[in-house]
Amino acid sequence: MNGPHDLGGQHGLGPIELEADEPLFHAPWERRSFALTLAMGARGDWNIDMSRHAREDQHPVQYLSSSYYQIWLAGLERLMLERGLVTEKELNGGPRSPLPENTKPAVPAERLSAMLTKGDSARAESENAPRFKVGERVVAKNLNPRGHTRLPRYVRGREGVVETTHGVFVFPDSNAKGEGQNPQHLYGVRFEAQELWGADAAASDSVVLDLFEGYLLSAGESA
Amino acid sequence: MSDSTNHDDHHHHEPSDMELRVRALESLLIEKGLVDPAALDMLIDTYEHRVGPQNGAKVVAKAWSDPEFLAWLRKDATAAVASLGFTGRQGADMVTLENGPSQHNIVVCTLCSCYPWPVLGLPPVWYKSAPYRSRVVMDPRGVLAEFGVDLPADTEIKVWDSTAEIRYLVIPQRPEGTEGWSEEGLAGLVTRNSMIGTGLALDPGSLEASS
Repeated sequence: MNGPHDLGGQHGLGPIELEADEPLFHAPWERRSFALTLAMGARGDWNIDMSRHAREDQHPVQYLSSSYYQIWLAGLERLMLERGLVTEKELNGGPRSPLPENTKPAVPAERLSAMLTKGDSARAESENAPRFKVGERVVAKNLNPRGHTRLPRYVRGREGVVETTHGVFVFPDSNAKGEGQNPQHLYGVRFEAQELWGADAAASDSVVLDLFEGYLLSAGESA
Repeated sequence: MSDSTNHDDHHHHEPSDMELRVRALESLLIEKGLVDPAALDMLIDTYEHRVGPQNGAKVVAKAWSDPEFLAWLRKDATAAVASLGFTGRQGADMVTLENGPSQHNIVVCTLCSCYPWPVLGLPPVWYKSAPYRSRVVMDPRGVLAEFGVDLPADTEIKVWDSTAEIRYLVIPQRPEGTEGWSEEGLAGLVTRNSMIGTGLALDPGSLEASS
């Protein structure tokens, strides 16, 4: 979605605020929100792409004026509400509602600990050969999906060169909608700074993005 | 933006409101059997005490000291980093980027806050915030200046936008005057920001001066 989270290239968002000896959390509620989000995410009632979409799919004023863990909390509440795991009334201190049938039990600490260590690779299998090779010139498609995507606006329509092939990964755009993993080849694509930002950018600089095959065309190929 | 009073109204929720809201939510989820309270404590302990930039510093110090390890990082960073015991969530597929006199790499996630947790822990607020995410892809030299880093004009800057599930760790340039240093000593020169690319490894002279 063309949402407030897609920040690359925006102006006017102020100086970078550096904090000496920054604590990991700035308030006890941030610490608890972090843990609740991970513990709920580990249940598998939603996937990471749904989770990211729930955070970014907010009114831009709300998104940009919220702190990081406020955004996480809003995303968590939305995901739980959508699945009936909690109700608005419960979140407002009202009486408890029953859980949907077949709700899974909590993930115990030991199992969650093992999950943390094992990781969450989004690598997947595909029988398709990679369509692009290293060194090939490609263009990012001009896509504007209403749903989740990992193709930022600032590279759409721009030409770059494939720098690396990463293998096959779960495609976030479909996974976020519960429409399946649709595994695709993933490429590191390098865009010259001047291609993205114009002649005033430094000629020597560039930006590399990891882009899915479905986001790309061969340079010269029409959309 | 000129009306800072209104703008601030959006920013400040009463901390006590947030505390109460999150406490109530935690009680609700525990009562409904959706989360294990021990799991919450384990998660916080893991990221407050066990995982952090000290892990990444060990990777960097070994990369500086051990050519075979560096070659392994180039070939399969995930496996090489895992060999030091650093694995897991938000770092299941790792790539390392080497900074040097001719090329400087910087990592960002313009769309959210992707960051290599097993080697750097949880990201600082500035990394997750709009100013850094919006500007570093368009004006990396201006952003570096805010971090006090001034690179020669002919150094090629590459900004890596973590748009998928690959997680990037920058190997900063090894400071001069560290020949013969132990890996432990070297790790003490490796800052978190130097592993994001918004800083350089510490100059050993500055350490001696301050100690």
